[in-house]
Amino acid sequence: MVERRPIFDALQHAVLILGAAIFAFPIYLAFVASTHTGVEVSRGLPLLPGDQFAVNYATALGEGLSTSGAPPLALMLTNSMIMALSITFGKIAISLLSAFAIVYFRFPFRVLAFWTIFITLMLPVEVRILPTYEVVAGLGMLNSYAGLSIPLIASATATFLFRQFFMTVPDELVEAARMDGAGPMKFFKDILLPLSRTNLAALFVILFIYGWNQYLWPLLVTTDESYYTIVMGIQRMANVGEQQPQWHLVMATAILAMLPPVVVILTMQRLFVRGLVEVEK
Amino acid sequence: MAEIHISGARKVYAGGTEAIPGLSLEIEDGQLCVLVGPSGCGKSTLLRMVAGLEEATAGEIRIGGRVVNDLEPAERDIAMVFQNYALYPHMSVFDNMAYGLRNRGQKRDEIRRRVDEAAAILGLDGLLDRKPRQLSGGQRQRVAMGRAIVRQPQAFLFDEPLSNLDAKLRMRTRVEIRDLQQRLGTTSIYVTHDQLEAMTMADKLVVMNAGRIEQVGAPLEVYERPVSVFVAGFIGAPPMNFLSGRVADGEIRLADGARLGRTSAPDDPDVVIGVRPEALEPREDGPLRARVRVVEPLGATINVHARIEGERDEIVASLSGVPSPRPGDALSLAPAEGELHLFDRASGRRID
Repeated sequence: MVERRPIFDALQHAVLILGAAIFAFPIYLAFVASTHTGVEVSRGLPLLPGDQFAVNYATALGEGLSTSGAPPLALMLTNSMIMALSITFGKIAISLLSAFAIVYFRFPFRVLAFWTIFITLMLPVEVRILPTYEVVAGLGMLNSYAGLSIPLIASATATFLFRQFFMTVPDELVEAARMDGAGPMKFFKDILLPLSRTNLAALFVILFIYGWNQYLWPLLVTTDESYYTIVMGIQRMANVGEQQPQWHLVMATAILAMLPPVVVILTMQRLFVRGLVEVEK
Repeated sequence: MAEIHISGARKVYAGGTEAIPGLSLEIEDGQLCVLVGPSGCGKSTLLRMVAGLEEATAGEIRIGGRVVNDLEPAERDIAMVFQNYALYPHMSVFDNMAYGLRNRGQKRDEIRRRVDEAAAILGLDGLLDRKPRQLSGGQRQRVAMGRAIVRQPQAFLFDEPLSNLDAKLRMRTRVEIRDLQQRLGTTSIYVTHDQLEAMTMADKLVVMNAGRIEQVGAPLEVYERPVSVFVAGFIGAPPMNFLSGRVADGEIRLADGARLGRTSAPDDPDVVIGVRPEALEPREDGPLRARVRVVEPLGATINVHARIEGERDEIVASLSGVPSPRPGDALSLAPAEGELHLFDRASGRRID
C-alpha cells in the first residue's frame, strides 16, 4: 500500500478537500442565492446567506412562478415523485422477473431473449425518442403519468445486473429449495428476493435518480402544466424570454429539487454500498 | 423407513455423454449404503437421480415400493445433505430447518416441536436464532443435518457432507452421522470419494468406476476379497501393492522366480499379484528384497516405502512392533500366509 508519511497525508487531504469544494461550491451558491431577494441576487451574487429563506421557499412551494408559466412547486415535486417511483418500481419488477426467467427456466429462444434485451442497452431514450414519442402519442398517453413513466421502464441494465447476481447463487441452494418443496415462485419470493436485498437497494437509488433527473422526455410528452416535472420546471423558470428571471426563486426550486434524491441516497446508503461491492451468499 | 430399488438406471446427458450406462442396486431398509469411487465415476449422478435432481434417462427408481421416477424431489419423501450444506443465508437456523416443513403445511407447534427435537439431538439448542454465516463449519454441517432430520423422511441422501470440514472434525462428525443414522434407522445413501469414510460408515459398500458398479458388499468383504485391480487399489490405505508375476504348478512366483506362496488358481504366465501393505512382514529370507526409501512413522504402525531390488517397482509395507528401518537399509519382506490377491493382467479381474 501507499507509504504513510505526513506529507502524503496532507497531500491526500488537500486533493480530497479541493474535490469536495469543487462539487459543493455551486450548491452552496445556489443555496445562498435562494435566501436573498430577487433584487439583491440580480445585482451580483452575494457570498453569505441572506434573511429571505422562509419567504422565498414559501413563495416557491406555494405559488410557484405563475408569471413564468410554471405550476406551483408542490405539484411539480409530486409529479416528479410519481414519475421517478413508477420508473423505479417498474424497472425493478420487470428486470427481476425477466432475469429470473432467463436464469432459471429453460424455454425456447432463451438466449435470443437475453441478447434482445441486452442489445437494447445500445438504444437509450435519446436515440429512440422519436419513434417512442410516436408510439406514446398514438396510444394517447401524452400528458399522463403513464406516458411519462412507461416508455422509460424497460431496462437492460437492471436485467443484466440481476442476471449476473442470480448466476452467482449456488445451484445447491436451488436444489435444496426444491427438496424443501418450494416451487419456482416460492423460491423466488422466499430465497431469491431476500438474497437480492442489497442489489435491490443499490438499483433503487440509481433508478430513482435516473427517473428523477429525466428532462428531455417529460419536456416532449407534457404540454399540460399539471404534468410538469420539477427538472423541466426549472428550465421553464429560467427561460422567461423578455423578463428578468427570478433567480432567487429558481435557486430555491433547484435546492428543493435536489432534496428527494439526497434523502433516498442517505437512507439507503449502507445497503447501497454493500450492494455495489459485495455479493452476499 | 424404506428400501430403495434401482433397476437399470441409465443417465445420458444432453450433450450425449453417458454418465451411467445402466445400473441396478438394492438397498435394504435401515441400511447405510456408501457409494465410493474417484471423481467422475457417476456416484453423485446416481445420488441425484434418486433425489430427483437429475432425470433418469431409463430405468426405474423405487423408494419404499413406490416408483418415484416422475415425482418432484419434494414428493419423494427424502432429505438431502449437500456438500456445501446449501443453507439459506438470510434465514436463521430455525427457519432453515423449518422451511421445508412450512412448505408442507405443517402446523406451527408441530414445526416448533420437531425443530427443537432435532436441535437437541444435534446440540444446536442455543443457536436457533443465528444466521448461517455466524456459525462454524461444523455447526453449519449440523444445521444441514437438522434440516434433513426434521422432515422425518424415508431416506437420507448425503452428498460428500464432510468434505468441507477439517480432518479432526471430519472424524468426529463421521461417527456422529453414523450414530444418528443407526438411532433413527433411516435408510441412507452416502456419497464420498474418501475410502476411509466409505469403509468406516457403510453397511453396504458400493465401489463405482466409470458409471458402473465394480463391487458391492460389506466393507470388510470388499477389503478382503476385492474383485478387481481397481477395487483393490481403491479400498485400503496405503493402497495395495501390485507386482507382476506368474502362477505355475500352484505356486505364485515373482518375475525373478522368487516364490511368494501357494494358490489354487490355474497356471498363468502373467498375473498381477496384489499384496496389502498390512500383510507384509519383515523376514530374513523374505522373497521381496527391497531398499528402503522413505519411512513414515504413524505411531502404531510405520509405513515403509521401498524399491524392489533390480526393478523399478515401489512397494509399501505397514509394519508394527518392529524396530524402524532407516532410509537406505536393505529390507526383506514376506507376505503373510493367504494374503495374496491374484488378478488377470488383461481384464484386471480377480482369478483365485
